[in-house]
Amino acid sequence: MTTLSELIKEFQSLKLQAKLESPNRATLVVDKDKLREIASLLKSKGFDHVISVTGMDYQEQSKLEVVYHFSSYTVEELKDAIVALRSSTSYEDPNFPSLYSIFESVWTGERETFETLGIYFRDHPDMRRMFLPEDFEGVYPLRKSFKIKLEGVFIDKPV
Amino acid sequence: MNKILSSTGMEIDIVPVEGELNVGPQHPGSGHMRIYVKLNGDIIDDAELDVGYVHRAVEKLSENRNYMHLIPLVERPAILDSIHMNLGYVMAVEKIIATDVPERAQYLRSFAAEVNRIASHLYGLGILGIFLGHSTAFMWGFGDREVWVTILEALTGARVTNSYIIPGGVRRDITPSIMDMTKKAIEYTRKKLLDWRKIFFYNPTIRARLENVGVMTKEKAIEWGAVGPNLRASGVPYDVRRADPYAAYSKLDFEIPVYKEGDGLARGLVRLDEMEQSMRILEQIIKEIPEGNILSDRFFKQIPPIRLKKYWEGQHRIVLPGYYASFRPPKGEATARVESARGELFYYLVSDGSPKPFRLRMITPSYRMIYPFKQLLKGSRFADLVSIYGSLDYFPPEADR
Repeated sequence: MTTLSELIKEFQSLKLQAKLESPNRATLVVDKDKLREIASLLKSKGFDHVISVTGMDYQEQSKLEVVYHFSSYTVEELKDAIVALRSSTSYEDPNFPSLYSIFESVWTGERETFETLGIYFRDHPDMRRMFLPEDFEGVYPLRKSFKIKLEGVFIDKPV
Repeated sequence: MNKILSSTGMEIDIVPVEGELNVGPQHPGSGHMRIYVKLNGDIIDDAELDVGYVHRAVEKLSENRNYMHLIPLVERPAILDSIHMNLGYVMAVEKIIATDVPERAQYLRSFAAEVNRIASHLYGLGILGIFLGHSTAFMWGFGDREVWVTILEALTGARVTNSYIIPGGVRRDITPSIMDMTKKAIEYTRKKLLDWRKIFFYNPTIRARLENVGVMTKEKAIEWGAVGPNLRASGVPYDVRRADPYAAYSKLDFEIPVYKEGDGLARGLVRLDEMEQSMRILEQIIKEIPEGNILSDRFFKQIPPIRLKKYWEGQHRIVLPGYYASFRPPKGEATARVESARGELFYYLVSDGSPKPFRLRMITPSYRMIYPFKQLLKGSRFADLVSIYGSLDYFPPEADR
């Protein structure tokens, strides 16, 4: 099988925005509509499970980003590798295609991203709240517009 | 339904009574979570895990704390495995501020982590015991655990949430008396593990409750993204300590126990075997630990001379240099993963150049076991719910974070 650096070169030759951060970490940036295609390509290369689904909120740019981290249990050469697949969307259209049909392990992560950031994953079988209380109201808690009251730690000036 | 029955080889007439049942959050067999089960006879048709009862929003709080002030927060989710939670986070911070760690500190990290692993596994086995009504195992688990918690207490100064690891090194040095304590503890636990096998795992009742219960095949374990001992019990020889070595693990000699069965018994036995390997690692560390400093020179130089004099005369305790209070790391992001007692623990840290993290993502092993847990419950018998729960070593506060 191929090592991570060869894999990234292959992705670069496909005109994808791919970068090798360190010998065992790499990042891919793709458009939202190509997310599923690239994910299945990664799966065919040996990345068999998703470690985490992270949502990020860039308030100044009105932008939401999703980062998937892939890793491999089965392929010896890729065992220490983690590939991050990033894709972003605007506030107006907080939608992403779900990767559930390709990687079952995104089930928990996508559900949590939905409830904390309000990103809807299309075709996810269980797109409901998981951690938050049923009567939780207001904006999504991990958006930057959600401010929490601080008591102040002794070393900081009060906010 | 017939499909499920024929797959288990059972031919029993079940009265097709459908019903729904809430297990928890006050049920002793559920911990801090609610399991909503749809039953058909006594076979679970569908199960829904209602998690979040002990959610403490670490990821949101991280946006308002300095990097150092986050250390006691991130280790709260699993207080019985706090060294690993601490270690993973600090490794991510170290990658962002690009600091080195001296050799001795690396060994001390492995030492603390392995002691914590044994303590955590004993806790898990004790809980498995009480789930199955085996009170002896429960009391043994918690009693034997005390030995290792005392070592951690002597090493770090705290019983449970020991914020021992700091960016660039560790807080305190090991002393000869702690090494003696560890040697005694290893001797005691070796004897005790034989008893564990005899009285707990070779017990016909326990075997009947665990064997062929909640079977997770290799393919399913990979597909569902299972982690840690649960993954290795299904025949996948994956351990972060080997696959992506951190601390001193690349220099230590140990084996990774793997079982093929993937049932509850295998998951218990993997943890028992892992404790033996951990003790092997501890013996090596005691023998091979190199001399040297326990904090990176970069930070060590910042300690004022009077404090430094105290450091050399006293027990080699680090008094943190002022730099630590609110450092501003460069822009960037880092991922770090460690093999905690329950499995792979993953941190994703994004820095925007301010003294506070832009985003901290904490993926704990129990969080990743939510989906496999739900899938394993489907199609099993209601009485096996507790066996599956106990054997997975699922810890609700850790999943909720």
